[in-house]
Amino acid sequence: MIAVVGALSMLFKASGPVLLGRHQLPPRIAGLVEVLAPAMLAALVVTQAVGGDRELVLDERLAGVAAGVVAVALRAPLIVVMAVAAGVAALVRLI
Amino acid sequence: MQRTRIRGGVRAALPLALAPLLFGASFGFLAVEAGLGAVGAVVMSATTFAGSAQFAAASILESGGGAAAAILAAVLLNARYVPLSIAVAPIFPGSRRRRFLEAQLIVDESWALSGRSGRFDHGILIGAGLLLYVTWVGGTVLGTVAGDLLDPDAIGLDAAFAGLFLALLAPYLRSRRALATALVAAAITLALLPVAPAGLPIVAAGLASLIGLRR
Repeated sequence: MIAVVGALSMLFKASGPVLLGRHQLPPRIAGLVEVLAPAMLAALVVTQAVGGDRELVLDERLAGVAAGVVAVALRAPLIVVMAVAAGVAALVRLI
Repeated sequence: MQRTRIRGGVRAALPLALAPLLFGASFGFLAVEAGLGAVGAVVMSATTFAGSAQFAAASILESGGGAAAAILAAVLLNARYVPLSIAVAPIFPGSRRRRFLEAQLIVDESWALSGRSGRFDHGILIGAGLLLYVTWVGGTVLGTVAGDLLDPDAIGLDAAFAGLFLALLAPYLRSRRALATALVAAAITLALLPVAPAGLPIVAAGLASLIGLRR
């Protein structure tokens, strides 16, 4: 199990840099890759905020994320956004 | 120049370094409980280097599921590295072998941090990836000998990750095309989370990038 998962993960991670290398992508595809980052980031935000074991879980994380949205809107630096999100979630969890 | 970039990456990832240490320790602890053994746990962290897939695989084994189910879950969860890796492909220099090795440092956080300035930066990815790698593997070692260090959820670390990705997403949203893509991706993820196996929603969300196809 460890060997199979390790090998496949390594192949997944290397797929872009090894197969595509530094080839310039055709402009049509380049436009797609350009918005791949925001797409994946948005998916990661949602998964981290409400993801569960085949269910949506609405818990203290949401309070943390809401505080994080406010921090982002106020242009707080990255570390502050993370600290605010963590702090608020931990606090709500306490009470 | 490259060296300062890498150092910049290490510095960018420093605020995050506590998380892989604690989650790594939780994983080490869980993996030993699941019967992978201390060596197996550390080998898995060193080769797979992806928290969610490792947790999923170990908890399936621990709850009595078979190896095939554990592999399937881990593979689904890590399939998102294909689109992530394609997005950063052009920044990797050098031979195929070097690109293969350096690409192993791609993990959600190092990938996201390296794109912070709007263009992906190789040095930042390597620096951040190295620090996260060392703390993740080190945390796993600690977990196998010392057990859970501290419950990461108690200090809100689970919400910190949503905050991290949110902060890194924000600068992209100034472009209308990126905003539309992010909204569609979020909607796909939300819709699939309750019905699809873990990992699949993120991969499917990558389809939202079709919005970027130029005519």
